Amino acid sequence: MFENISLAFQGIWSHKMRSILTMLGIIIGIAAIISIVSTIKGTNEQIKQNLIGAGNNAVTVQLYQGDEAYDYSWNAIPSGVPLLTEDTRTQLEALDEVELASYFNYRSYAENIYYLNTSFNGKVLGIDDKYFDVFGYYIQWGRNFLASDYEKFRKVVIIDHTAMSSLYPTGVNPIGTCIEIRGIPFTVVGVVDKKAAFEPVINSVEDYETYSQESSGEIYIPNASWCIPYQFDEPQSVVLKAVDTDSMTQAGNKAQDILNGLLSQSTRKKVSFKSEDLLKQAKNLQDLQTSTSQQLLWIASISLLVGGIGVMNIMLVSVTERTREIGLKKAIGAKKSRILWQFLTEAAVLTSLGGILGVVGGIVMARVISRLTTMPTAISVPAAAVAVLFSMAIGVIFGFFPAVKAANLNPIDALRHE
Amino acid sequence: MILELSHIYKDYPQGKLTVPVLKDVSLSVEEGDYIAIMGPSGSGKTTLMNVVGCLDVPTSGSYILAGKDIARQNDNQMAEIRNRYIGFVFQTFNLLPKLTAQDNVSLPLLYAGVSKRERRQKAAIALEKVGLADRMTFRPNQLSGGQCQRVAIARAIVGNPKILLADEPTGALDTKSGEQVMEIFQQLNDEGVTIVMITHEPDIARRAKKIYHIRDGILTGPVQ
Ligand SMILES: Nc1ncnc2c1ncn2[C@@H]1O[C@H](COP(=O)(O)OP(=O)(O)OP(=O)(O)O)[C@@H](O)[C@H]1O
Ligand SMILES: [Mg+2]
Repeated sequence: MFENISLAFQGIWSHKMRSILTMLGIIIGIAAIISIVSTIKGTNEQIKQNLIGAGNNAVTVQLYQGDEAYDYSWNAIPSGVPLLTEDTRTQLEALDEVELASYFNYRSYAENIYYLNTSFNGKVLGIDDKYFDVFGYYIQWGRNFLASDYEKFRKVVIIDHTAMSSLYPTGVNPIGTCIEIRGIPFTVVGVVDKKAAFEPVINSVEDYETYSQESSGEIYIPNASWCIPYQFDEPQSVVLKAVDTDSMTQAGNKAQDILNGLLSQSTRKKVSFKSEDLLKQAKNLQDLQTSTSQQLLWIASISLLVGGIGVMNIMLVSVTERTREIGLKKAIGAKKSRILWQFLTEAAVLTSLGGILGVVGGIVMARVISRLTTMPTAISVPAAAVAVLFSMAIGVIFGFFPAVKAANLNPIDALRHE
Repeated sequence: MILELSHIYKDYPQGKLTVPVLKDVSLSVEEGDYIAIMGPSGSGKTTLMNVVGCLDVPTSGSYILAGKDIARQNDNQMAEIRNRYIGFVFQTFNLLPKLTAQDNVSLPLLYAGVSKRERRQKAAIALEKVGLADRMTFRPNQLSGGQCQRVAIARAIVGNPKILLADEPTGALDTKSGEQVMEIFQQLNDEGVTIVMITHEPDIARRAKKIYHIRDGILTGPVQ
C-alpha cells in the first residue's frame, strides 16, 4: 500500500504538467466549495454574535399580547399581572441555566425627553441594581445608582454613549446636568460604557434593520423612580444572564414557565410571558443565508464532476500507455487485485493532492473575499477534512473503471502491444 | 517430468473461422533439461511458449506443470504459478523504464510477498550472477541492449523458478552480447535450472541439449 502511494507520487511527479491540468477541475471545485463554506460559516458566526452579543448571554422575558411585546405606551396596565417579587427572583436564579436575574421597565420609543432643546428618542429603562451586571456594562464617568437612590426615589439618570452623543453634541460634560423626562427633571449621575458588550457588525442595509434596535441609545433611571414620569404598578420585564450561550433557550423557556405560573388561566388567554429566543432567531437568519449559498455549492459540485471525468480520461490514457508494463507485471506474477489497487491508488493520490491544493486555494480565496468585500469568513476545519476525503473518493470512483480495465488486460495482448 | 504437454490444440477465432495454430503438440521436459524450439515465423512458437508459460490456456489437450493441472487453475492461481515456477526472458527485455536494475529484478519477489530487505538482497545476488553487480542503480535507458537482457535474466531467476522460458532471447542482440547471454544460460543449466528456449538461429539452438522443430503448429523432434 505504502509502496503504491510512493509509486503514485513518482508517476504524478514525472508528468507534472499533465497531473496539474488533470487536478485543475478538482482544485477549482474544492477551492470554490471551501471558500463558500468559509463565507457561510463566517456569516453565521457573525449573525449569532450580533444577535446574542459577545458573551453576555442575556435573555429577555417579557409580557406579550399575541405576537407583540406588550406596549405600555398605548395600553393600560393589564389586569391580573402581579408585580414580580424577590421570591420570584430567587426562584429564577435557582435555575441551573441562570446566573443572574434583573427586573426592569422600559419604553422602546421614548417621547418627551429633552436636554435643553435637544430631544432624545431612544429607549428609556427603569432598572434594578443588577441590570448592568447582567449585560456587563460598567460606569465610565460619574457613579452608579446607590441603594439610597432606590430607597428615596431619587430623580437620577444614567445615560449611555449613544444617548450622550445625541443629547450633548457640543461635548458638554453631562454629569450634573438635567434631563427632562416627561416634564420631570432628572439629574445625570453617570455615563455607562457598553464597550464590554458587543457592537453589532453592520455590513448591509438589511443588517442595519435587523440590528438597529441597539443603535439609538438608552437612558436608565432607578426602577423605584419609574412611577414618577410613568405609572405605578407597571409589570416588569425580566432579563436573565444565562450561564452560557447554549443554555440561553433553556433558561428563557424555564423562566417563561415560572413567570406564567404567576398568571391566572383567564389572564393567560390575553397576555403571557415570552422569552425572546435569540438563538432561534439567529438560526432562522442563518438558515436563510445558508440556503442562498447552498445553491452556489451545487454549481461548485459540477466542477468536481467535470474534474472527476478529467481524471477518468487521463487514467484511461495512462492505462493505454502502460499496457506493456501491465502485461509484464501480470506475466511475472502480479494478481488482478494488485494492478487494480495500483491504478486506484494513483487516481486517489492524484485527486487527494488536488483536494489539498484546492483547500489551500479556497482558504486563500476566502481571505481575499473577506478583504475585498468585508464579508466575514471563517475557516471550517471539518469542511477542509471532508473536502480532502471527498476528492479522494472522487479519485476512487472515477479511477475505478480505468483500474478495472487495467486489471483485466490479457497479459499476452498487453505484451504484444506496441 | 517437470512439464508435460499432451495433445495440445490451440485455435484462434478469426472472424467466423477459427485458425488452428497448435496442432496436437505433445512435449515432455525433464528437470534440468535444456531444450530449444526452432521454426519459421508464424509457425506457432510464441503461442506454444505462452501455453507453456501459463499465460494462455490451450483449446484442448492437457498440460501438467510441476504436478499441477493447468486447465483447472483460475486467474489468481495462474499468476501464482507464473510467479513461483516460471522465469520469463523476452526478445525485447520488457524492463520497466522508470525503475533501476535492482528494482526491476526484485519485482517478482514483491508479488511473492517477500520483505523489502530480502528483495534487495536477492536482487543484488541475481545481478551479480549475470555480471552486473556494478550496474544495480542504473535505469534501463542507461544500459546497453545486452546489459538489459542480462537484467531481464536476473529478474527471471531471482525467485529460483523451476523453468526458464526464453522467447528469442538473443533476437535483439549482437553476436557478442548474444554469446554472453548463452554463457549465462549454460551456467544456469549447469546449476540445475530447466530451460526452454525459442530461437530461429541454428547457432544458438545448438547450445541446447535437445532441439525441437515446429512447422505450421506441428512439433517434431527431439534431435539430440
Ligand atoms: N491473438 C491472436 N489472434 C489470432 N491469431 C493469432 C493470435 N496470436 C497469434 N495468432 C496467429 O498464430 C500464428 C502463430 O503466431 P506466433 O506468434 O505463435 O508465431 P511465431 O512462431 O512466434 O512467429 P515469430 O517467429 O514471427 O515470432 C500466426 O499465424 C498468428 O497470426
Ligand atoms: Mg514469436
